Amino acid sequence: MDLLGQYLINGLMLGTIYALVAVGFTLFFGVLDVIKFSHGDVLMVGAFTGFTAASAAGALGFSHPLAQLAATVVFALAGTALLGAAVAKWLILPLKNAPRLNILLATLMLGTALRESVRLFYPDGSNPKAFPSLLPTSAWQFGNFTLRADSAILVVTGIAVIVGLHLLINRTRLGLAIRAVAQDEETARTMGINYTLIVLVTFALGSGIAAVAGVMDGLYYNEINFGMGLLLGLIGFSAAIIGGLGNLYGAILGGFLFAALQMVGAVAMPFASAYKDVFAFAVVIALMAWKPTGLIPERSSDRV
Amino acid sequence: MTQALSRVPAFAVAAVTILLGLVFAIVFMEQESDVAVISLIALAAVAAWAGTRAGVAARVSEAAVERPGGIALLVAAGMAVLMGVFVEDHFPLLMLATVMIYATVALGLNVQFGYTGVVNFAGAAFFGIGAYTSAKVASSGLPPILSLPLGAMFAAVIGLLLVIPVVRTRGHYAAVVTIAFSVLFKTFLEVNDALGGPQGLSVGAMKLFGWDFGDGPTMFGVDASFYLNYALMALAMLSLVFVLVRRLERSWLGLSLDAVRLDETGAACYGIGIRRSKIFAFVLGNAIIGLAGALYGCMQGYVAPTSFTFSDSLILVAIVLLGGMGSPWGTILAAAIVVILPEKLQAIQEYRFLLFSAVVIAILLFRPAGLLPRGVRRYFPPARKGAQ
Repeated sequence: MDLLGQYLINGLMLGTIYALVAVGFTLFFGVLDVIKFSHGDVLMVGAFTGFTAASAAGALGFSHPLAQLAATVVFALAGTALLGAAVAKWLILPLKNAPRLNILLATLMLGTALRESVRLFYPDGSNPKAFPSLLPTSAWQFGNFTLRADSAILVVTGIAVIVGLHLLINRTRLGLAIRAVAQDEETARTMGINYTLIVLVTFALGSGIAAVAGVMDGLYYNEINFGMGLLLGLIGFSAAIIGGLGNLYGAILGGFLFAALQMVGAVAMPFASAYKDVFAFAVVIALMAWKPTGLIPERSSDRV
Repeated sequence: MTQALSRVPAFAVAAVTILLGLVFAIVFMEQESDVAVISLIALAAVAAWAGTRAGVAARVSEAAVERPGGIALLVAAGMAVLMGVFVEDHFPLLMLATVMIYATVALGLNVQFGYTGVVNFAGAAFFGIGAYTSAKVASSGLPPILSLPLGAMFAAVIGLLLVIPVVRTRGHYAAVVTIAFSVLFKTFLEVNDALGGPQGLSVGAMKLFGWDFGDGPTMFGVDASFYLNYALMALAMLSLVFVLVRRLERSWLGLSLDAVRLDETGAACYGIGIRRSKIFAFVLGNAIIGLAGALYGCMQGYVAPTSFTFSDSLILVAIVLLGGMGSPWGTILAAAIVVILPEKLQAIQEYRFLLFSAVVIAILLFRPAGLLPRGVRRYFPPARKGAQ
């Protein structure tokens, strides 16, 4: 039971992180119909920004974990939001009418560039960094099962971010504008919506959420490295796709589904837990064969 | 200038251009210092720009349309001369062979991306299947030459596992299928003990009718590098695949592949089997990639999972895009650039991925059609003067 509980909390944790990444993909796809593949590396930049901010806050004498945590989150969010908006403005908007494959490749290459920049130019960037544990480490005991406070706080925060995003998209004027742009660019423009601004804000928003996922990942594993974004980005993209692109709930569903697959892979094949990623990606391929447009398909029809 | 050019036969212009390219390649490969390499690259860029402005490029492509076979033969001969110049040196021959192997892979991807519009982000995985096949063939005692057809076959057969999702999905959804396969394949190699795990396997040398590729042949008193064997074989393979791909492009089959890429619904209305075309292109492309992978495995002498990652697949796709979708000549040029530049620029070895990604982004922003864009399909040479 205790082992199962550990798997469960671990799966929830991973699922939240994946869902946060996938939500970004689906937001970008919604407003611009593009896949921004550098998303995973933007997440990594967010984690490194947060790490730098925490170290700087520590060096400046703010030794209280909460102060450091605040610095981490604020700087990671602001940095990646700016980065996301910059990417949208100078790379994705100019390529908007290019073939989809070109955009995909351009953003993939941007991801490589970000990854390499951190590796080369961040002090000692090629080695993993020990992310400070800024959350309380007390634990509650439920029978055999131990629930650590930091895991619980992380899961709750992640879910709160997702709920907050849901409210933002569905209940605010900004969300209305984002949905309008996603549905029809031209009509949105004629209704007086500042198209470029909304696109930039959406990219900033999605990237900020990725930063949250990056910081969560750092806090959970207590380690970050320059390559962490690649696999997280791939998983987030797969999650957004199996959920159905452009659909917020699909992305969340996909994220938790992918984490569940990894956990099932690890539990069902204890003799070969190394195969858990092989299993999860194989199921993704099978899911695509079964539902070629994702579990919650976009509402669209072929135009000839 | 342009008018003077139009009086010279197009084929002569093309031949001179190829000769200049050959001289440039020889000089370039001999340079060691970074300053020389960088100034030569700058020179090549200026020459390419000036040549385009002066109309040389237009004449060359005219010649390529009029006498495609002649141009191809000239380039192949140029490659042979290049090998002859560096016959005793390991490194340049290894680079040349690598360029030709990567060009072959990119031609295979071109059938998928460029002609049919089937996306494949698992190029390195199918390349790896070929390479691992060569390792297994070498250790099983079968004749090593069999690893080439077997590598092609295994790549095609394993690719068949993906056929259903690849055919059913489109666009980004199709991309995720092959991306997932690419990650899955590398992870699988790392954890599978029968395939050597993270250390990989060693591959025996290629042998052909008692001719051991591990030894350099001695001809006319010159001790050639053993890489000459592989370079020659790579040239033969590239030529064969090139001819095949060009024939395919010109055939009715190629026409229907183009139709599938440009407009699936329209193609289906004219009775073209969308699924059949996509399966054909996917399987054929993978077979070509697997063939090249088998030769690569033999040449390297070992195979390891780190050579077949998702990033390597991306580099392969970048070659196709850089050259120009569906343009075989562009593919070969792009393969040369992508393979040789990072090797020659040793000083910036550390920064090569960064620079490389920046260059690809710049090309996508400013020259999205690629270096040598594919021309409009033409079945007949342009009407000659007096023919009407």
